[in-house]
Amino acid sequence: MSKTDHQVHPSDHGHGHDHEMNFWSKYIFPLDHKMIGLQYLWTGLFMALVGGFFAYVFRMQLAFPGESVPGFGHVSPASYNALITNHGTIMIFWVAMPMLVAAFGNILIPLMIGCDDMVFPRLNRLSYQIFFISTVLLFVGFFVPGGAFGGAWTSYPPLSARAEYNLTPWGASIWLLAVALEIVAFLLGGINFITTTMNSRAPGMKMMDIPIVVWMINIAVVLFMFSVGPLVAGAVMLLFDQTIGTSFFVPSGGGDPVLWQHLFWFFGHPEVYVILLPEMGIVAEIITVFSRKKLFGYKMIVYTTFMVGILSMIVWAHHQFIAGIDPRMASIFSFTTILISIPIAVIFFAYIATLYGGSIEFKVPMLWALGMIAEFLLGGVTGIYLGASALDVYFHDNTFVVAHFHYTLIPVVFFGGFAGITYWYPKMFGKMMSETLGKLHFWGTTIFFNGIFIPLFFLGLAGQHRRIYDYRNFPDLAGMQDLRIFATMCLIGLLISQIPFIINFVRSIKNGEDAGKNPWKANTLEWITASPPPHGNFAEMPTVYRGPYEYSVPGRKEDFWPQNQPS
Amino acid sequence: MSPIATTRSATGIPTGRLAVWWVIISEIVIFGGLVTCYLLMRLGNPEWAEYASHTSTPAGALNTLVLLTSSLFVVIAHNAAEHDHDGAKAFKFLWMCIALGGVFLCVKAFEYTTEIHHGFTITKNVFWSFYFIATGLHGLHVIAGMVIMAIISFDVKKGKNFQRVELIGAYWHFVDIVWIFLFPLLYIAK
Repeated sequence: MSKTDHQVHPSDHGHGHDHEMNFWSKYIFPLDHKMIGLQYLWTGLFMALVGGFFAYVFRMQLAFPGESVPGFGHVSPASYNALITNHGTIMIFWVAMPMLVAAFGNILIPLMIGCDDMVFPRLNRLSYQIFFISTVLLFVGFFVPGGAFGGAWTSYPPLSARAEYNLTPWGASIWLLAVALEIVAFLLGGINFITTTMNSRAPGMKMMDIPIVVWMINIAVVLFMFSVGPLVAGAVMLLFDQTIGTSFFVPSGGGDPVLWQHLFWFFGHPEVYVILLPEMGIVAEIITVFSRKKLFGYKMIVYTTFMVGILSMIVWAHHQFIAGIDPRMASIFSFTTILISIPIAVIFFAYIATLYGGSIEFKVPMLWALGMIAEFLLGGVTGIYLGASALDVYFHDNTFVVAHFHYTLIPVVFFGGFAGITYWYPKMFGKMMSETLGKLHFWGTTIFFNGIFIPLFFLGLAGQHRRIYDYRNFPDLAGMQDLRIFATMCLIGLLISQIPFIINFVRSIKNGEDAGKNPWKANTLEWITASPPPHGNFAEMPTVYRGPYEYSVPGRKEDFWPQNQPS
Repeated sequence: MSPIATTRSATGIPTGRLAVWWVIISEIVIFGGLVTCYLLMRLGNPEWAEYASHTSTPAGALNTLVLLTSSLFVVIAHNAAEHDHDGAKAFKFLWMCIALGGVFLCVKAFEYTTEIHHGFTITKNVFWSFYFIATGLHGLHVIAGMVIMAIISFDVKKGKNFQRVELIGAYWHFVDIVWIFLFPLLYIAK
């Protein structure tokens, strides 16, 4: 019984169906949380291609300076700046946030807590619509006089505050407006997530029966809400600096550019954890299912995640060790920064303890999850160098930093994202993805990803500053062109490796093998309903009897024990 | 057919109330960021005391009184709606509150014109930039509150959605409290 009579087909013109929907109300202006989640997912994946293309163009410029880039043409210094700025902006705000927080939050939360929708479906739809407008606005920035903003994704004033410095009078303001609108969209969505998880859990589901990914998305959303407010205020101030000539961040008018850095990083650093936490939850779900073991230390992980959230709010000034802040303050921020590695390590060790002694199945989602754990290690370990204020004076703003944060963000956003997409794909579309294409995608991505960023560590140690148009102007760096070309070739390899994924994703929607309700034999509630779930999710609203990770319980015939099954 | 999600309450707190409190918390951090920036820069610039002396304390005090009275009316409206189920009375007091919001904005507009007339514009110096942005952002919140309150009032008059009076009331009190912080910081502290 794979389908219930509650399922609604777009072609179903049965009489008297009160929830019969046409194309527009089903796909363009949906109220259904799953469809809104998918809209976020499509947008996020599309923007990942855009961000990837930008990376290709500016890496080609670095490898072969001044030559025409196939598919783009000549890269001028101004367009180089615009490309790196918008690559960063897009990858954080238009890929990581919509994919990890909004898409998975929307698709998973009501399904996993056993409910039929979000508590405010219309607010949910509004959140995506505002996000969509912000996306369009970001692109509009490329076509205005002066071109797109090129002041780096951190948008430091006074460079960003005065058009005579950034030369993009329109681009800078439109970029800022787009980011601000995107933040508004996620604030609205976040209110929905938290309220839904608090209030509409299935009967019997206690706080400690909530799947870990739902916990982590909620903690991430709370973190986002607490940290983003000052940046919203800062964005208004910066916008007024740009447009009507106030001087909040301009020293010549009595303002303070470092104030912006505080506002930006007070949000910007917790943002790393806003992205990291949902993904850690996704990985936790996957490793328990594919090693058929109970999640090690569930409660401890939840408490530790709160700890990560609190600590992440007091580490931001490690981005400003050389910005002229008091060295005593730098010591405090060094301490808190390195302290945060403890709860993160606790969570990762819990994951490794979960794997220990499990009967591990190397399906594609599991490969991505394990790949994430392995690759993130390099990001975490290099972070310790940068967190120490004395060392950071040397490392600051060179490609060592670039390699470090790509080693944290790519495992998080892409490895974690692909883990989630491949794991929940059967639920989203009712079909299985191809394992062969999936493995091809995984190994290609992993190999080429390391090929891009390991050279950048060495280039950074050699003193290669980030954001420079042509390194041949610096005699000491000119000789390292081969490494730059190698990294660029690996980037092209990485982009080509995404082709199997795209083929797999699109083809399996039609031609994939039928998934059935529960292809992975998992416990959580989303697997007890049809794939894809109908509008309203469950034929019969579930009641919850136990926690989500009862795998291989001794004395039971089956090695899994769904949350809704009475004992 | 509305989803079960909208009526379920695992915490025992109505969903709408939970959501409004989350909105208020996210607003607190926005105004909190702005006020903290102002405080830090004010402490580093003693000469701002002289700039602040050009704001009109009597006008600010009058506006404080107006807002506090409006908060009283919203409480009476809430009481009428929830306790007495008297939609007509709630409607009346909501509109008295909206009217006081209007008085607040008029006083504010009068202040702005006087100040701009004397050359204290938003670009004059950073103190005045803060003054106009903080009070302007607060004024936008007052306008938003008035609009939402008007929408709610017509429902309440028809006897529908009484619980929304409490929700707009919580928001209105928040807007008041922001003003209670802005008034001493921008007007009184010289």
